[in-house]
Amino acid sequence: MAEMVKLTIDGHEVEVPKGTTLLEAAKQVGTLVPHYCYHPGMSSPAMCRLCLVEVEGAPKPMPSCVTTVAEGQVVKTQSDNALGHRRGVLEFYLVNHPLDCPICDMSGECHLQDYVHEEGREHGRGREPKRVFGRDDFGGDVLFYGDRCVMCTRCVRFMNEVEQDSRLTVVERGSRSVIDTFFEEGLEGTNWHGNIVDICPVGALVSKDFLHKARAWDLEHTPSICPGCAQGCNIDLHTRDNLVQRLKPRENLDVNGWWMCDYGRLDYEWMNAGGRIEAPLVRRNGAPAAVAWKDALTELADAARSMGGSSVKAVASPHASNEDLGALATLIDAFGGGEIVYRGRMAEDEVPLRGYPSLARRRDLTPNARGAELFGATRVGSADATGGLDDVASHDGVVIVLGDALPDQSADFGRDAALYIYVGQRGTPAAERADFVLPVTTFAEQEGTFTNVDGRVQRFWPGLTAPGMARPAWLILGALAAELGRAVGPARTAADAFTAFTGAVAAFEGLTYEDIGTRGAVINETVSLTGDRV
Amino acid sequence: MAYPYVSDREVRILSKYFGDPKQRRIDTYVKRGGYGGLKKALGMAPGEVVDTVKASGLRGRGGAGFPTGVKWSFMPKDTGRPHYLICNADESEPGTFKDRELIRWDPHQLIEGCLIGAHAIGAQHVYIYCRGEFFETTQVLAKALEDAYAKGYVGEDILGSGIKIDITVHLGAGAYICGEETGLMNSLEGRRGQPRVKPPFPAAVGAFGMPSTINNVETLSIIPHIVTNGGDWYRQWGTEKSPGTKLFCVSGHVNKPGNYELPLGFPLIDLIEDVCGGMRGGKALKAVIPGGSSVPIINAEEARACSLDYEGCVAVGTMLGCASVIVMDETTEIVKQVRRMVDFYAHESCGQCTPCREGSAWTAKMMRRIEEGRGTEDDLDTLMEVTQQMVGTTICVLSDSVAAPVQSSINKFRDEYLALIRRGERVGAA
Repeated sequence: MAEMVKLTIDGHEVEVPKGTTLLEAAKQVGTLVPHYCYHPGMSSPAMCRLCLVEVEGAPKPMPSCVTTVAEGQVVKTQSDNALGHRRGVLEFYLVNHPLDCPICDMSGECHLQDYVHEEGREHGRGREPKRVFGRDDFGGDVLFYGDRCVMCTRCVRFMNEVEQDSRLTVVERGSRSVIDTFFEEGLEGTNWHGNIVDICPVGALVSKDFLHKARAWDLEHTPSICPGCAQGCNIDLHTRDNLVQRLKPRENLDVNGWWMCDYGRLDYEWMNAGGRIEAPLVRRNGAPAAVAWKDALTELADAARSMGGSSVKAVASPHASNEDLGALATLIDAFGGGEIVYRGRMAEDEVPLRGYPSLARRRDLTPNARGAELFGATRVGSADATGGLDDVASHDGVVIVLGDALPDQSADFGRDAALYIYVGQRGTPAAERADFVLPVTTFAEQEGTFTNVDGRVQRFWPGLTAPGMARPAWLILGALAAELGRAVGPARTAADAFTAFTGAVAAFEGLTYEDIGTRGAVINETVSLTGDRV
Repeated sequence: MAYPYVSDREVRILSKYFGDPKQRRIDTYVKRGGYGGLKKALGMAPGEVVDTVKASGLRGRGGAGFPTGVKWSFMPKDTGRPHYLICNADESEPGTFKDRELIRWDPHQLIEGCLIGAHAIGAQHVYIYCRGEFFETTQVLAKALEDAYAKGYVGEDILGSGIKIDITVHLGAGAYICGEETGLMNSLEGRRGQPRVKPPFPAAVGAFGMPSTINNVETLSIIPHIVTNGGDWYRQWGTEKSPGTKLFCVSGHVNKPGNYELPLGFPLIDLIEDVCGGMRGGKALKAVIPGGSSVPIINAEEARACSLDYEGCVAVGTMLGCASVIVMDETTEIVKQVRRMVDFYAHESCGQCTPCREGSAWTAKMMRRIEEGRGTEDDLDTLMEVTQQMVGTTICVLSDSVAAPVQSSINKFRDEYLALIRRGERVGAA
């Protein structure tokens, strides 16, 4: 237990560990002192001078980001003195700021806008011509608008201290200071530079991918998990018009801190792609026919019952949620047992973020391989997620495909199957022989959980509305299993679907959706893995 | 007469050999009693040396006037880590030219002072950080250092005492801000010359992360004399709170500008009228900046009442700073002079703190607009407020240095600003 220090902030007594900064301590009483250069994930140069507060007995206003608490200290963040100093500093920020908010991507989530509205002067006094730096391409996904920069150097420090690949620096001095790259070498080839756009408090660093795409206030934010690798970075889906516009990291100190990699960040277009299966298809007279869900499930249950105890071979995608996979496992039980295999892409190497040791883009490029293994699935195929399905393709019992689009398989897939059920998002030649094609949602359209490489179960929420009649796989497969008598009743919610297997799979025992919350919870480490843990 | 100008009212201790090139030779220096202070100091415990300097009441000559002995006593003891003494020879304050002369004419005096200082604070290494433009000065110093190494005054086992002290001369790259102690340390380490946030103070975490003390050239140059003659000897000059002698760099509209070593507490008007031979061309005195461009400007009346010691300057609303006396006669355009100073600070701001980075450049633009006759009376209020927003809100005091000349000149020479604003008239223009 750290030594505690008692002090008074804005009239409230607080007790915080020794060494806490005033800025962090003020959060305890619900006050966020405005700041630019301070970021909890990096060093504090105390140079933006915006976080000045009044400390009784101190001759000057103190920068709250580096001033640590002292016993009995009396701190005033909202006194006339403190506000006066901050109002003065804010005025300086506007002396050369172009105020091009109407065409600035940061508008609406800009800290300069926020703070000036909160604490700034009503009218500007600047009459002089403004300094002009213009625009620069920093390489990678980053554009630099020098005129908007507030010189907080967060971006420089991120590259130096967190990514630890010094690509940015401050050139010149005084009011001529400007952020720049080293000669022609920009951010190209670095793997985490998207984060400097996130931490830029103004619109100086913007994403080329997001440039002029949407206004911040039109975006809806949905907490989610990055599906790009087994790390499971916590993210927000930023959506508008039922399209994902961008991904942003969501703070979780146990997983990704404040960061996410550039691959994950920019790999979202597939969530918006069309060409989806929009209705359940049932093979009638040799041709697929679109039917209502009720009919599809009734016919499928009838077909299953008529099969007797037939063995199942299933291919599941490690992009499927724990709930989907749990429902699949239950359904296979209902059929009389079988096996599940999965395929997933593997990168050659990990891409670590040096300044945040627990964070890396993992070799396993799928979000839920760990979960799939906990449900008994076995990894097959090569590192590019192809091959390994010869047994399944020619199986003469029940074949179930969940989520794997089988891009490498021919129309012969399932040729000998007694019953072939294809559960997926998109049509594929390999689904041609399927007796039932059931449209399901992507992770972005449903609620659920993934289990990351460290066994952390993390929830995600639906940010998009599913097309047509697509439904979550856990709902459909769960309903089917219930129809076949394998569950008390169909799961109505993702939480029900989760609870359904917590008793059956030891690793998940005792976990609830409430416990997992937005931060995640770690499984019981009782299950050994069959595959590589990477 | 010797060295450009001398006066019989001077007390020449530091500047005794100014103008005598022989003093640079180590043999001459030793023959004249040089390195005697070092011999004496090496026979004393470090604490005794510190006590002697404390007793002398010597105050730092870099501008802040902090008692040197007290500063030395802040150094931790027995840390087992390297300690550093840094000599600040980055003399860049507009109006100041004393350190350059101290090094040029008497380099061994400084080297001896550095060695004694290093012994007092337990440092094995001294860095002398010279201003980037000091080419000749640095060459003189480097030659002297070479001689001192050859004679065994510097390096291993100094004079058989078993004490080892090395000295490195480092030439800066020409930035005013590197004269700020922690900016200097960053520059010395090869980083951007930007002042550091304090705390931690240099005595705890200084150069290369180690306990360090930094002293001005003039401060260290007087140390051999104080150690040789004792603290009380030094107190025979100056005032109770500002003891000793001080080099005054006089520039501007006087007949005999130059360096004069005078006891602290010397009347400013005597310095101008007597020591410097009066105003050039018999013109009337208009204003004085007594401590380098960072301190408030005073008018003729205040100058007549000003005594040149730390307290005497504060009493008339300014500061002694590094005693760089800039004298201006009735032909001086105050607005233009202040604008030039603000331009200097805007150019030299390191750019990390917002009030300084933006405020200095904004102030410079406003000053130029007023000087060009495009100002308004509201601008004066804006200038006062904007510069006030720059006081005490930054890491170092460069920002405060912009406020000093602007605010003091608006307070004392408002008429000149108004003449430009209302009628486009340049007051005093010759």
